[in-house]
Amino acid sequence: MNDLVQNALLNVNIAAILPSLILVCFGMGLLLINVFLPRGTTRHAVWISLIGLAVTGFFVYTGWGNPQYGFNDAVAMDNFAAFFSITFLVCAALTILMSDDYLRREGYPVSEYYPLILFATAGAMWMASGTDMMTIFLGLEVMSISLYVLAGFFRGQVKSNEAGLKYFLLGAFSTGFLLYGMALIYGVSGSTRLTEIGVYLKTHASLLDNPMTLAGLVLLSTGFLFKIAAAPFHMWAPDVYEGAPTPITAFMSAGPKAAAFAAFLRVMEYCFFTLKPEWTAMLWVLAVLTMVVGNVIAIRQTNIKRMLAYSSIAHAGYVLVGMVAANEIGYSGILFYMLAYTFMNIGAFAVLVLAGKKGEDNLTLEGLSGFGFKKPFLGVAMTIFLFSLMGLPPTAGFAGKFYIFAGAIKAGYIWLAVIGVLNSAISLYYYLRVMVYMYFRDPEEDYAWVAMPGAVVVTIIIAIAGVFYLGIMPGEVMELAKQAVF
Amino acid sequence: MLDSYLPILTLIIIALCFSIGSVVFSRLIGEKRMTELKMSPYECGMPPVGSARERFSVKFYIIAMLFIVFDIEVVFMYPWAVMFKRLGLFGFMEMGVFILILLVGYAYVWKKGALEWE
Amino acid sequence: MISVYHYMSVAAILFALGTFGVLTRRNAIVVFMCIELMLNSVNLTFIALSSHLQNMDGQVFVLFVMTVAAAEAAVGLALMIAFYRNRESIDVDQINMLKW
Repeated sequence: MNDLVQNALLNVNIAAILPSLILVCFGMGLLLINVFLPRGTTRHAVWISLIGLAVTGFFVYTGWGNPQYGFNDAVAMDNFAAFFSITFLVCAALTILMSDDYLRREGYPVSEYYPLILFATAGAMWMASGTDMMTIFLGLEVMSISLYVLAGFFRGQVKSNEAGLKYFLLGAFSTGFLLYGMALIYGVSGSTRLTEIGVYLKTHASLLDNPMTLAGLVLLSTGFLFKIAAAPFHMWAPDVYEGAPTPITAFMSAGPKAAAFAAFLRVMEYCFFTLKPEWTAMLWVLAVLTMVVGNVIAIRQTNIKRMLAYSSIAHAGYVLVGMVAANEIGYSGILFYMLAYTFMNIGAFAVLVLAGKKGEDNLTLEGLSGFGFKKPFLGVAMTIFLFSLMGLPPTAGFAGKFYIFAGAIKAGYIWLAVIGVLNSAISLYYYLRVMVYMYFRDPEEDYAWVAMPGAVVVTIIIAIAGVFYLGIMPGEVMELAKQAVF
Repeated sequence: MLDSYLPILTLIIIALCFSIGSVVFSRLIGEKRMTELKMSPYECGMPPVGSARERFSVKFYIIAMLFIVFDIEVVFMYPWAVMFKRLGLFGFMEMGVFILILLVGYAYVWKKGALEWE
Repeated sequence: MISVYHYMSVAAILFALGTFGVLTRRNAIVVFMCIELMLNSVNLTFIALSSHLQNMDGQVFVLFVMTVAAAEAAVGLALMIAFYRNRESIDVDQINMLKW
């Protein structure tokens, strides 16, 4: 018993959690500063949280190539976690930049918003660095609980209320499945550490077709698939994405989705590598289903936020193709794609933040008639992001899809890649339709309400830069992504 | 072995018979005179005031929610208390950090005015 | 003799009941209580397995699940109150502004 305690004490390694620790400290400090300042002051919160993200990013960056393990193998700050952490930090920073003016316009200049985003980001980082089911679960919940509040942040708006409540009920429901899966896997293998589970399943081959193992695998996958909004567990996504505040929609569909992918990938690769044929077969079906459902239903949408929600489901399908491929290029393609998706998705939502009136009832296709000529900068920016979402060169979306489908072809899934490309072709229709409305319809309004606050413009410019950098010179980042996979 | 429990069983049976019997018999042979006072709900012998279906102030919910969160955190202190000596100074510091985090939450709630009743 | 299988069976039944309740009940609070039932069945599974395997990890996990469930409950009730203030109802069928 004494050895156990000694062992636990020796295994403490603060370096493994240092970046997220700093982020959480910034979040809590900001929370305390907020209550001593009068209501409605939010500028300082933007700056402090951006500084916090930058400091965290610096520590993640310096830790690259120097993996830190600690807490009895519960946390691993390796390249994989670092790459995903950078994605989350970029996502959070861009979200925070575009939020302040939006919150003022909607009449909720409440500074608790920013610490919540920092906490959600820290939770996402724990998910990516968790090598124990407990760490992954805690990270998931820290992230999700912050997001429940953020989705329902506009407490006077029924739409936001509904989004928050719906996200909460279905999120908690999916957590139940995830946990039950974890419990069954624990029962089979006698451990909650991912590597130990993997080794145990490898040395006890008779367990592989044990119903408890398979039930655990399926339930665990269900929990993660809920979080990444893969069909048929996608029903919550469009409603929540439509009702939540626009910057939060942007954040949710990029950062937390990447976090769920990170944890899903690690669990599958560490624990269930012996069951690879089984789970790739399962994900093959789900990837196709997710792509088709997302793209086909997106065609019918007239509300742009809702359309982007379905498009986000479709993009989760493309990323699942990378998981099915299950080889180096597929996995590093996932890492690359989530970073690329962060830029293009947040950019598109940033344009919507500016285009919307208070209450955002005008964010329909009709509501954007002639927008491109009246507001040339925003029109061009939106065009770039839509091109990237379609996957046309020379944008980030093209490079990402290229790597993922290349991985699938290399692994022998020719048909999957073909279906993926066909789905991209379907998606051209609804993305191009936005541009048709923006450029080829007569404007009904003069868009006089569209202000150009500096912070949001900076967000859009950074996003454009990211889209082109990853699109024109994908090699460097892809090289880093290759160093990051297992 | 089980014989020693026989008196208890007998007692239970007698108790059940007596309690059920007295209720049933008083129902059967008792006289029933309903007055308004008799039909009103019993409220500690006082004349009843207001409706029983009154709404609670929403303030109760805030207090209740804060209670749930802070109350359940104590769960982490039990294992620590059991292993207190063996964990030594390090365990003490860890718990200090944990309580500090709770204090941040408490300070926030306090300063925000969620604990004030009016 | 009550073995680990009995505990696991009870937990599985509770989990199924919770799932069924989430899918059929209309009151958001009751739905949430069913979710709590699911989480508690998971706790029971963990405890039973922990004692069966003579391994403490499961019990530690239960502590985390309990605290997280409490935090979730607090946030969930707050969301429900906000919804109730605007809609005067917490019927799940009333969550219909956005297409379900």
